[in-house]
Amino acid sequence: MLVKQVSAFIENKAGRLNEIADTLAKNNIDISALSLADTTDYGIVRMIVCDPEKAVLALRESGVVCKITETLAIAIDDAPGGFAKGLKALTDNGIEIKYMYACISHEKGKALMILSVDDPQKADALLASTDAGKVNPSEIYRHI
Amino acid sequence: MSKYYQPEIETMPYEEMRKLQDERLVAQVKHVWDNVPYYRKKMEEKGVTPDDIKGVDDLHKLPFVTKDDLRECYPYGLLAAPLKDCVRIHSTSGTTGKRVVAFYTQKDIDLWEDCCARAITAVGGTDEDVCQIAYGYGLFTGGSGMHGGSHKAGCLTLPMSSGNTDRQLQFMVDLGATIICCTPSYAAYLAESIEEQGIRDQIKLKAGIFGAEAWSESMRKDIENKLGIKAYDIYGLTEISGPGVSFECEEQTGMHVNEDHFIPEIIDPETHEVLPLGEKGELVFTSISKEAFPLLRYRTKDICVLSREKCSCGRTLIKMAKPMGRSDDMLIIRGVNVFPSQIEEVLIEVGGGDITPNYLIKIDRINNTDTFDLDVEMSEEMFSDDVKSIAKVENAIKDKLRSILGLGVNVHLVNPKTITRSEGKAKRIIDNRNI
Repeated sequence: MLVKQVSAFIENKAGRLNEIADTLAKNNIDISALSLADTTDYGIVRMIVCDPEKAVLALRESGVVCKITETLAIAIDDAPGGFAKGLKALTDNGIEIKYMYACISHEKGKALMILSVDDPQKADALLASTDAGKVNPSEIYRHI
Repeated sequence: MSKYYQPEIETMPYEEMRKLQDERLVAQVKHVWDNVPYYRKKMEEKGVTPDDIKGVDDLHKLPFVTKDDLRECYPYGLLAAPLKDCVRIHSTSGTTGKRVVAFYTQKDIDLWEDCCARAITAVGGTDEDVCQIAYGYGLFTGGSGMHGGSHKAGCLTLPMSSGNTDRQLQFMVDLGATIICCTPSYAAYLAESIEEQGIRDQIKLKAGIFGAEAWSESMRKDIENKLGIKAYDIYGLTEISGPGVSFECEEQTGMHVNEDHFIPEIIDPETHEVLPLGEKGELVFTSISKEAFPLLRYRTKDICVLSREKCSCGRTLIKMAKPMGRSDDMLIIRGVNVFPSQIEEVLIEVGGGDITPNYLIKIDRINNTDTFDLDVEMSEEMFSDDVKSIAKVENAIKDKLRSILGLGVNVHLVNPKTITRSEGKAKRIIDNRNI
């Protein structure tokens, strides 16, 4: 399933990540998945949130450079071998991963992975009929 | 060997020098009027003709020339001799990526090399010396100017050019170099390398001539102590010829201007009024013996003081102090002229937007070498969700600046609106060098 990811630029300085977390908290935005890429000078926070558009507006308002990118969510079995099976589905379909991270899941026995790929639409179409493609949207954009 | 290269000029009584300057200035103004339409127009606009210029006293009547004029006239607009009579071009970095080019006839080269030979002779250079030239050779005037001067002074010349420190040191030791010419920061670097390699007792150096960038008295002491030499300053700029416009003598209290070729003036950079000797202001040069690229009243933007006090070396040539700063926003980093506008252009190009990303230039001097850091505020245009794409932007800024300036810069991407702004205008430069 296609998922809108919010990514934001953060300088490697104390308190920068706090500012982002505070802004999201104040705007009542729930975070389902988060990963942090870091380099020596800066980092990129990538998040799956309940309301991406609202999150971006709020973050920009607070002076954060951010954007929305299309990513892919896949479902895997929450059991030994589940991750391997999920990856196999991608490899079998010739999908290359730029980066990936885990997302919480509330469905018993299932886990979710968020992937960045070159052509998310195409990847999504290829996976739609497989087990990996069976993702419930309400699991991702959860409104509380 | 004499302690002067051209004693008749270098120790000429002032009255005679003045007469020589008068004659040469009159001829130079006529040469420019006859051969450079751009100058003629400038003079006409100011209502001056060559008939109004009878000598140095009339110098103030002439219009100024600035770097903007040089840029506007790029490349041939200020050329005063037929191109077929020119034998060389040198160049300096300009503000808009466009460089400033200067032309030389054989006579121009000859007189320029005389100036450099005076500088080398003044530090004790004779036909017994081995002179190592570690300035860059090429479009930059440093290498070839000092090279020619070294020949004329009779030294055995080592045309090393800049860089490759191990080879520099090997030749310095094996061939017994006694004089070194390079930038002061490179001299400091060489001194450190000599210390590290423990080869100080194998070095025969007695003097160094260091120019093309600002350096302090404490840096002089440091280099002198580490290398066991006397360190001399030299001043010049490509527009006027190159190194050797002025040079230091044994007294080491300012640089003698080769005023038989270049007349210095100090002006108030705001009112343009000529200031009396001893007052601080912008240094202006008028060439009086050039064929291909004469410049009348060229504003150097260097802030400086002139003095005509008697010098213990016996030279009567007027002295200029070490320049104390600039009247424009040009920075000199590791000997390279850098204008903030050059950085802005690169950022606009890389940023892809219409607005210049906010930036901050940070310069410091660590271990006698300039450091050059650039903070750039992140923008939506430059941002991406993957590190590779952002690294590409960072590298594009670095590469473009390197190709324009020939300088390595450390680029740091920072959060938007974190660069301090004062009165709405961002502070663009933090120069922590203590020069």
